[in-house]
Amino acid sequence: MTYNWFVSASYFAVAVVFILGLKAMASPVTARRGIIWAGFAMVAATVVTFFIPDLRNIGLMVLAIVLGGGGAWYLGKTVKMTDMPQMVAIFNGMGGGAAAAIAGVELVKGTEYGAMTSTLLVLGAIIGSVAFSGSCVAYAKLQGLMKKTITLPQQNTINFFLTMLTFGVGLTIGYADNPGGGEIFFFFLLALALGAVLVLPIGGADMPVVISLLNAFTGLAVGFKGFVLGNPALIVAGIVVGASGMLLTQLMAKAMNRPLKNILFAPITGEASGSSGPVEGTMRELSALDAAAVMRYASKVVIVPGYGMAVAGAQHKVWEMAQLLEEGGVEVMFAIHPVAGRMPGHMNVLLAEAGVPYDKIFDLEEINADFAQTDVTLVIGANDVVNPVARTDKSSPIYGMPILNADQSHNVIVVKRGKGAGYSGIENALFYKDNCRMLYGSAQEVVAEVIAHVKTLEA
Amino acid sequence: MDGFSALYIFMLAAFTGYEVISRVPVILHTPLMSGSNFIHGVVLIGAMVALGKADPDEPMQLLLGFIAVLLGAANAAGGYIVTERMLAMFKAGGRKREGAQ
Repeated sequence: MTYNWFVSASYFAVAVVFILGLKAMASPVTARRGIIWAGFAMVAATVVTFFIPDLRNIGLMVLAIVLGGGGAWYLGKTVKMTDMPQMVAIFNGMGGGAAAAIAGVELVKGTEYGAMTSTLLVLGAIIGSVAFSGSCVAYAKLQGLMKKTITLPQQNTINFFLTMLTFGVGLTIGYADNPGGGEIFFFFLLALALGAVLVLPIGGADMPVVISLLNAFTGLAVGFKGFVLGNPALIVAGIVVGASGMLLTQLMAKAMNRPLKNILFAPITGEASGSSGPVEGTMRELSALDAAAVMRYASKVVIVPGYGMAVAGAQHKVWEMAQLLEEGGVEVMFAIHPVAGRMPGHMNVLLAEAGVPYDKIFDLEEINADFAQTDVTLVIGANDVVNPVARTDKSSPIYGMPILNADQSHNVIVVKRGKGAGYSGIENALFYKDNCRMLYGSAQEVVAEVIAHVKTLEA
Repeated sequence: MDGFSALYIFMLAAFTGYEVISRVPVILHTPLMSGSNFIHGVVLIGAMVALGKADPDEPMQLLLGFIAVLLGAANAAGGYIVTERMLAMFKAGGRKREGAQ
């Protein structure tokens, strides 16, 4: 594959801007600039590609760009902020699917390549397919289309043999002179099944780590395709994303104190906690009025938001309440667990959307020592990230995960929809403690009620 | 491209990716994941080349190439808009006060 001078030079510039853009995105001050630069580079890369000599099927190409790009733009523009994690998952899956489809074209063409190119072609096809089907499963789970985690009997054995089989078949057709259509189809079917089977048993707080891993996979697949097509811009962009994605995945896994191999091969299941026995005690309710009074006359309130707040879209109301309390002289802080919500930083994004200033938002390490001096901790739709079982119960599947020490504050108020267990299906010992009260209802309505009561207290 | 030059590019790009991310604050993890998701959307240009070099008389090649461009374009456009929307919220430095509605 040869490009002319103009195209090659443009691709080079595009690769440079991508790296600069990604670097800018790693700092809050320059982040927005970063994505806009990268956006311009992407448009430039696409336009320049039309200048490659002897390009055929232009009409079909434009149609695909308009349909795919337009559809995705519309979806991305209209989706609620709460649903962002699954949008990242699905768009990532499409990238993986694109890489796999490119490999499909090359395999169907039966172009003869050297050993290294053939190997990377097949590897890219497998990784891209896995990223595609895995992301689709992740999307279905986050979107609530698939409620259960499905663990096959002998899951790890099946994973192992399916992986071996996929690579075996893949390399066989990769090295074959002119593989048949049926064989190629069978190969992609295997690779797609592998991705689904890998992600199906994973659930709960592990989901963001998996999405990040699949994102890194797509990067690698794109990089490998870059080699096959002889396009260094694709190699650079793909591998940079692959490497940074791997690092990001490790950072997330570390924040949860769950080694990556446990996430992939020993998923959390609700049943595993059965051995620890039921939690003693009862849950006690309190009214919105009492909650308002307790917080209004406290000197320090820490708010712990979780996925429940995101689902209810309550972040604006929560910030309104926090401002009201602050006007009354209460010190209000927000504590964010690294994996609160379904993705690291998800809560930060939502609170930023509501207008909460950075200096009121604290990480786990920054705030954990403060809980002992906190009058009221308000947990809104968070569960596993405040479960003290993670500190105490060795048999619990989340044992060892760092948690927010909400249980150490004088009073804990938990806003929760119902009495059920958390996303991971583990009973929360915090709810049964003497200093904890439950406030049932949707976060949006409950907080609105509390706001109304705080206002009457002021009057 | 000869194999070893490509290996060097692979290696240097891997270190670059690692360095660029290594000191990112937790607050930016999601936008950054989304941003890198957008950047691998450059697979679009690879897909365009694959479709552009496909034989117009071979429907299978055309179909796969079409799917590749479709998915690649969706990755790029969707990845951009999602990231941009997330980061737009940081625009005012998180200090905007009119948030409540």
